[in-house]
Amino acid sequence: MKKITYAEAISEATCLMMAEDPNVILMGIGMDYSSGVFGTTSEAFRKFGASRVVDTPSMENALTGIAIGSSLVGLKPIVVHARNDFMFLALDQLINVASKWNYMFGGKAGSTPIVNRAIIGRGWGQGATHSQSIQSVLGHFPGLRVVMPSNPADAKGMLLSAWKSQDPVVILEHRSLFNIEGQVESGLAFQDLTSAKIVKKGSDLTIVATSVCVYESLLIAAELDLIGISVEIVDLRSIQPIDHATILASVKKTQRLLIYDTSWVNFGVCAEVAAIVAESGISLKSSIVRLGQLRTPAPVSKPLEDHHYPIPKYVIETIQRIMARDILGTKTIASITQNFTGPY
Amino acid sequence: MNTVDKLTDLYIKMLEIRIFEEKVANEYPNGMMKTPTHLGIGQEAVAVGVISERKPSDVIFSHHRCHNHFLAAGGSSFTLFAELLGRIDGCSGGRGGSVHLVDREKNFLGTSPILTQAVALATGAAFAFKHRQERSAAIVFFGDAAFEEGAMWESYNFAALNKLPVLFVCENNLYSTESSLDKRVPPNTSFTQKARAFGITAATCDGNDVQEVAKYSRIALDHIASGAGPYLLECLTYRTREHVGPSFDFDLQRSYRSQEEIKKWMVKCPIVLFGEILKQVYGVSETLLNEIKIQITHKVENAFALANQSQFPSLESSFDNLYSKESLSKK
Repeated sequence: MKKITYAEAISEATCLMMAEDPNVILMGIGMDYSSGVFGTTSEAFRKFGASRVVDTPSMENALTGIAIGSSLVGLKPIVVHARNDFMFLALDQLINVASKWNYMFGGKAGSTPIVNRAIIGRGWGQGATHSQSIQSVLGHFPGLRVVMPSNPADAKGMLLSAWKSQDPVVILEHRSLFNIEGQVESGLAFQDLTSAKIVKKGSDLTIVATSVCVYESLLIAAELDLIGISVEIVDLRSIQPIDHATILASVKKTQRLLIYDTSWVNFGVCAEVAAIVAESGISLKSSIVRLGQLRTPAPVSKPLEDHHYPIPKYVIETIQRIMARDILGTKTIASITQNFTGPY
Repeated sequence: MNTVDKLTDLYIKMLEIRIFEEKVANEYPNGMMKTPTHLGIGQEAVAVGVISERKPSDVIFSHHRCHNHFLAAGGSSFTLFAELLGRIDGCSGGRGGSVHLVDREKNFLGTSPILTQAVALATGAAFAFKHRQERSAAIVFFGDAAFEEGAMWESYNFAALNKLPVLFVCENNLYSTESSLDKRVPPNTSFTQKARAFGITAATCDGNDVQEVAKYSRIALDHIASGAGPYLLECLTYRTREHVGPSFDFDLQRSYRSQEEIKKWMVKCPIVLFGEILKQVYGVSETLLNEIKIQITHKVENAFALANQSQFPSLESSFDNLYSKESLSKK
């Protein structure tokens, strides 16, 4: 075990699998820059060179098809998008081809085990087209695996598992987490791609959260512990498939549910988790509450942007409402993005 | 194999495809084949001419009008019939239908009906071959409307930039569904000129002349094998049936092309024309050609009868192959 950042964890996983498996190649824009996609590809480029760390033209759709085609004859491509918003250009290949290939040829055409790393932006005036979080879009389609690591151990271990997966995998990483440190096992420390995890035990309220929302929920829960509110946090981790059992077990225990996602709440991960709990028939002590981006494109102007995302203070106020309790007096927790200074 | 045998083989391949497709057209109205089907009747020389020149290790991708390529690559008419009938013995287990065909043993890696998807896939396979310094090439068939899609040009740029071993084969049949070329591209548009602007060597040939298609394919594949990069071969051809389905447009009173135009192209039938060449230039007897036709018809009829006996997939298999580990898909 050692303490490394989320970005270092991704870099470490990348170098490990490239050393183990000559079929692994990295493809995308800016792979070989000295900045190396926020430090995640530069070490791989230094070690394995331009033939395996391929800086490509701007061509998200065909590139995804090229990655799929190369996987059909044995390569293991990892396509990197510095912002997941650019993946909308890749959705034809990702959804119409990769997610269906194995199924629609009756298993006789092989699978398309490509890995897509894509980074979610938030805050610092990135604006409407560089700050979306597209897990709900991707999670809708059967056949893809969609995961959202919230900590360095998962950032490393889920990438390693994606390498071993025979299915196409999308890993949505969060830019706000890249400098976060955490304990990570050395070597091939795989992490499961399909399950949610309880990252903090509690008894009064369940927060089902994704990605950076898990990180913030942990800070919030630690504060609430001090005043006697015991929060359990489910890190959803995998969007597709979604882990019903872990969610339901937690909600059955706490009977209160807050869902906190990096994207919009409607038609999304929040809506899906709420539906799973509602359909289960578990009796609740209070209504389910969903938190996410304000239902507009992300604005740039700082006051508007601060209002756009549910800052920790707002999450705490929401929990206060759910618990029907006065919990004023907790200290103010700064949002991870509010202190961010770039670069993007 | 001597020249006459080799040429006769081209004839046999084309006729197998024709008789297969005509069987589909005849059976289609009976309603057992519940899958939108794009017949390749009239375009057989392109598939057979190109594929006759490939190495066994060269991989093939195709588009929605893909029966020709599947059969020319050696795919079995039994598994194709079974696929059209939605049976478990189908080449795609009854999951794919007419536009999703595969036969990995023949290096026929797959087909995709959304335009240019397969172009990118073939470019990717070529990328892998070049990356691993293998001698194989990737071959992809597509229609003229594929030139209207963005991924075509993304793929061309990438293929040219990396000198990838990929043969782009355009089956230019003048129509996209019911839209003629002049509605879709400016006058005097040349697809080969556009490809050349990307640094891709390109040529146009008579797609109804199987010998010419084979000759150009040889040139193209040699060019690719020399490491000179991708090649676009535009084959001028024509589909005689409607875009999707078994009928003739004129029987359905469609006016986007005239009966005269269709009849004119039917006279240019690649199989009839090549049969005449075999007889007149290579001295193949009429009797032999008739014998071939009888044998193929028998074979195709048998394949259909056998496919018709195949079972439908079980409902229990609904989630098969969705994920590599099945249990995960049922959540």
